Amino acid sequence: MGYGSVLLVALGISMMVAEVYPSALIDGVPRAGTYLAKLIPDLRWAVLAGGATTPGSFAYWMYRADSWLWLLFETSQMAALATFGGAILALPLSFLAAGNITPNRWVYRLTRRLFESLRSVPELVFALILVWTFGVGPLAGILAIMLHTVGTLGKLFAEAAENASPGPWEAMTAVGATWPQSVRFAILPQVLPNFLSYILLRFEINVRGATVIGFVGAGGIGQELYSVISFNYYQEIGAIVVLIVLAVSLIDLTSERLRRAVIE
Amino acid sequence: MSKVAAELADMRRRFPRVFVVSPWRRAARALGLTLAAIWLITLCVWFDITPARLGRGLSGLLVILRQMVPPSPGAQWVDILHGLAESVAIALLGTVVAATVAVPLALLGSRNVVVNALAHFSIRRLFDGFRGIDQLIWALAFVRAFGLGPLAGVLAITVTDIFLFAKLFAEAIENADTRQPEAIVAAGGSRLAVIRFGLLPQVLPVLIAQVLYNFESNTRGASILGVVGAGGIGLQIAERIRVRYWDEVAFIIILILITVAVIDQISARLRRRLTA
Repeated sequence: MGYGSVLLVALGISMMVAEVYPSALIDGVPRAGTYLAKLIPDLRWAVLAGGATTPGSFAYWMYRADSWLWLLFETSQMAALATFGGAILALPLSFLAAGNITPNRWVYRLTRRLFESLRSVPELVFALILVWTFGVGPLAGILAIMLHTVGTLGKLFAEAAENASPGPWEAMTAVGATWPQSVRFAILPQVLPNFLSYILLRFEINVRGATVIGFVGAGGIGQELYSVISFNYYQEIGAIVVLIVLAVSLIDLTSERLRRAVIE
Repeated sequence: MSKVAAELADMRRRFPRVFVVSPWRRAARALGLTLAAIWLITLCVWFDITPARLGRGLSGLLVILRQMVPPSPGAQWVDILHGLAESVAIALLGTVVAATVAVPLALLGSRNVVVNALAHFSIRRLFDGFRGIDQLIWALAFVRAFGLGPLAGVLAITVTDIFLFAKLFAEAIENADTRQPEAIVAAGGSRLAVIRFGLLPQVLPVLIAQVLYNFESNTRGASILGVVGAGGIGLQIAERIRVRYWDEVAFIIILILITVAVIDQISARLRRRLTA
């Protein structure tokens, strides 16, 4: 059991470094429980359908649903624009990073490295920096998510292009087509359904990311969520989180349906 | 030449849609492009995205990038290294605790263990719902509940990963071979014995592989938890961005990239050994 003891030692070191001991975790669970319990809305069955001024009604709990829903819509549009922009940028770059059709080994290496670094830096770090240069607001968040998206989609696109059948490519080269022509007519038609499905999948992930990008001032519902959590407005936290979960699941379901339609 | 022309005419007759785009298709494409353009313009107006603003931002970014070279560890490099170690520690603790808690939850969520379709369906939807909540939201909430520090970070990673692992593990358990559990049942084993001796030995390598894979992504996640005060290197990065020590920011980013790459390598190697 060599691995088991290595794991135990690593866990022990981790506890010392982070100063988090099992006792703290065990103490923590009930406290986390009480915190989460406070988030449960104070709904009463008798007045559930009451107006926004009746404590205990659904409308009272969601009293700012209109502005929250608008913020959620903004968040989803930020994610959509970031995904779109990221895909547009990743598309040409990915063909340079596909080993089978790359024009040049150096270009291949360079684009691969570029994708790798864009994908490894967390979105939030990009957002922190971009908020400095582009100012507080959705633009910084969109660009941050976009940069990360170029890295992830670029890699997936390049791998899809590498798996394309070589026949059409060879045919195009044989009739003397230029590199862009060959990519357009030999590779793109083969990989487009895959690309669309990856873009939709990335959109789902980006919606999740966009809900928290506002924590650093980069737009969307995150800013509002940050302030209600910081001020311990328990009922509002619960309401916003429920709305986020609903919106995210709705988008996931729709996008899953679309993805299935695209692939088939 | 005439033979080619004849062949071409034949092809035209047999596959008309290859040669001529039908007007309907063309109209649909034009409509789609117009709608996309309207959507883009609306968003640009709404989010105040103008070429001037983009230009100003990009030139500011260039200034920052120029100040990032050469990266420098700065005077407080000990804090940076400690923050990095803390991030990795948070990721490891969170991943291990989550994996432990997720196993019983996954058993509840898998179709071949909990046969009741309604129970199975609602448990899985519950996992899905909780997975919609980002790690950083949990982190911020736990910072409010427990105060600043790595404990909030460990709990945030634990909670997000419990629901992720519960889903992944449940899928692995559902994909397990049914013959071994059946053999335990036939030999008169209890339900617990079926799980312990029929299911776990089959799925354990898959589960460990998923845990290893997620450890890497959790290290990346733990590197930003500090931005909201939940411990780790994120705090160092956020502080240096606030005071515009861009060379030190670049140093920290490179350090994070190296750490994640090393952990990725280790985890990939261990996973390969598991499956081999």
